[in-house]
Amino acid sequence: MKRRLISVLLAATVVAGTLAGCGGGSDAGSADQGTAPPPAASNGGSEDAGSDAATAGGEEGKVINIYSFNDELRTRITAVYPAIEHTSDDGTVSTLNDGTEIHWIINPNQDGVYQDKLDEALLNQADAAADDKVDLFAAELDYIVKYTDADIDVAMPLADLGINPDSDLSDQFAFTKTVASDANGVQRASTWQVCPGVLVYRRDIAKDVFGTDDPVEIGKKTADWATMKTTAEELKAKGYYAFSSYADTFRTYGNNIAGPWGEAGSTTIKVDQKVLDWVNDSKEWMDAGYFDPTVTGQWTSDWFTAMSSSAKVFAFLFPAWGIDTQMVPNWDGEEGVWAATNAPLPYNWGGTYLVAATGTDNPGHVKDIIMALTGSQDNLTKVAKEYTEFTNAQSVMDAAASNDEFNSAFLGSQNPYGYFADSLSSIKMAPLSAYDQGCVELIQNAFDDYLQGQIDYDTAKANFETAIMERYPEITEIQWP
Amino acid sequence: MFVQKKRKLVNYAKWGYIFILPFFASFFIFSFIPLVDTIRYSFYEYFRSGIKEIGPNFIGMKNYASLLQSDMLKYAGNTLILWVIGFIPQIVIALTLASWFVDVRMKIRCQQFFKVVIYLPNLIMASAFAMLFFTLFSKTGPVNSILMSLGVISEVIDFMRTALGVRSLIGTMNFLMWFGNTTIMLMAAIMGISPDIFEASEIDGCNSVQRFFRITLPLIRPILAYTLITSIIGGLQMFDVPQILTNGQGNPDRTSMTLIMFLNSHLRSKNYGMAGALSVYLFIVSGILCFIVYKMTNDNDPDGSKAAARANKKRGGR
Repeated sequence: MKRRLISVLLAATVVAGTLAGCGGGSDAGSADQGTAPPPAASNGGSEDAGSDAATAGGEEGKVINIYSFNDELRTRITAVYPAIEHTSDDGTVSTLNDGTEIHWIINPNQDGVYQDKLDEALLNQADAAADDKVDLFAAELDYIVKYTDADIDVAMPLADLGINPDSDLSDQFAFTKTVASDANGVQRASTWQVCPGVLVYRRDIAKDVFGTDDPVEIGKKTADWATMKTTAEELKAKGYYAFSSYADTFRTYGNNIAGPWGEAGSTTIKVDQKVLDWVNDSKEWMDAGYFDPTVTGQWTSDWFTAMSSSAKVFAFLFPAWGIDTQMVPNWDGEEGVWAATNAPLPYNWGGTYLVAATGTDNPGHVKDIIMALTGSQDNLTKVAKEYTEFTNAQSVMDAAASNDEFNSAFLGSQNPYGYFADSLSSIKMAPLSAYDQGCVELIQNAFDDYLQGQIDYDTAKANFETAIMERYPEITEIQWP
Repeated sequence: MFVQKKRKLVNYAKWGYIFILPFFASFFIFSFIPLVDTIRYSFYEYFRSGIKEIGPNFIGMKNYASLLQSDMLKYAGNTLILWVIGFIPQIVIALTLASWFVDVRMKIRCQQFFKVVIYLPNLIMASAFAMLFFTLFSKTGPVNSILMSLGVISEVIDFMRTALGVRSLIGTMNFLMWFGNTTIMLMAAIMGISPDIFEASEIDGCNSVQRFFRITLPLIRPILAYTLITSIIGGLQMFDVPQILTNGQGNPDRTSMTLIMFLNSHLRSKNYGMAGALSVYLFIVSGILCFIVYKMTNDNDPDGSKAAARANKKRGGR
């Protein structure tokens, strides 16, 4: 009897062990919930049969699959695309007035999940059933080069969709068209947003420390890094922190690099002097106590806490999207406590581009959506007013700075467009490469240990080299300035 | 054909094969073929650059050589350290608890309740458990604030940024998750020992310490071996807890990067060649470890007589 009990128990533990193993293997999820992605939508799935026949005759497919990394794209398209009749409560399916369905397939950016899923789908694009094909996808500036490559040809040239970039998108900012083009200058993506960064600060702290909350006056105190340091010292004397952490300041350096991280066809990664400047300045600032010591990085809960009323953090560096998607949801006090002014160094951070996937069975709809969101002045005006975005329409943005209709309640009825435009005008767009995302992520990780005093400078460098060669096996050499 | 006598020769054994066929078929398709493929790809250069596939190009043993030049051994060391700091308390506590629970003289009340409680951590998903610890021990987490308000510490401890902190957290989690499971297994083993032996030892004047070391421990050796083997294999595959706790970085300074996390970072670039070579190394290592443990615990010469005989023969004594 006892022996039987043992064998039953053993069998049970073996089974339990196996099951536990299964459970363990599949959850390589991310620890920090970065941009707080909405519950991932179900994958395309099988749709009503018989649509293959429909597409054969040159008609449009019944399902438009849109891949995205958060619900920003969905809310923007829903806001401006008139054909959408209604969206299901869980946000996964929108129905158009001609009966076509948009399926929103949302995977979070963290840990490369979004790109993994998108890459799989794009590699299977040729064999996929018409209704399962990717029709439109979102790509961030950090990795857009990966998809616009002419050799890979996963992104349709806009001209093939029937959009003439020169005439239809003439009001877009020139650099957004350049970065969305492949090496031959063929534009393959289009965006509705431009992301010049500004410094967003707490008015109450400004009044307490400097006696004024006027953006012009504060702007003088944040004009460049040297002045900013004096300002940080003043803030520290009153018990405040200038920024939440060195991760916040990274983009002002990292997005102002002189040369690309890596060049196409080369197996060398070049680290720019600007990035090492960030390391050195961060060390100095960190030791001086200008950063909030409880904040461990971006997209973490302590970072979000630093944006709330209980925090002692004076300012954040953000483009327009950051104010709308990060600061507004995390601010728990009264509206109008924040204000925008110039950043110590002008910079551009991010931007979501719309890309039509090669092989789409809905080119007509895809063209309409791209034009509605990125090529229509009316819609770009609407998006700017509703979400305080700096949209990709030069004429609209030029007028916005002096138009009270564009004032932001969150920023205490301030009109921030002047600061956005100033920042944009002095930006020299950092050259992009296919390695940007990995380099930006891994260099911050490697030097985090150094800045926290865990390892020395050379070990941090070596760790970066190891990590980058793991991420990009074709890389054989890392050059330091 | 239908002669009465012939009937006795009907072969029922085929039903046995038919019943185990589904397992072998699914094993062949879902485990064996991928296994062989993994080994095959370990000799190829095969990865993705962006969404361009590079390879597969045959490169012989190059993947194996470059792995040896990498920090693989350091990660193996990390894995071993993390496993040991989880396993030692686990086996000690489990043995103690198991012998207490089984001891008829202790008469522990609510045994069933305690058994369920110690098993519970195992039911939580490892990733959820890691997330929980991440939150508990973060700089702004409850552990730090409790210690602060009690006056135990004057400054916030950043557990996640010291090697000691992260490693002990991982060890603690592995211990908490697995000691209940081990306890229950060892209890079953101890219950399998005939009560006659315990009774006889007591009559001979054996105390409880002697009883544990001289009777219980030697008699549950097969189960101990099983625990050790499964724990070593589980330890080699340690992944989810450190992955979630350190966000896949193995921070600080890669001191909590385990072998499977290293493997996983190769899979970020879909580097099937390198990942395959690493898997083969792991396969060989776990094979050797299992063999050693098996030899160690399945001693077929308990009183040393065979070894003595061999030695005698060697000396030339007939």
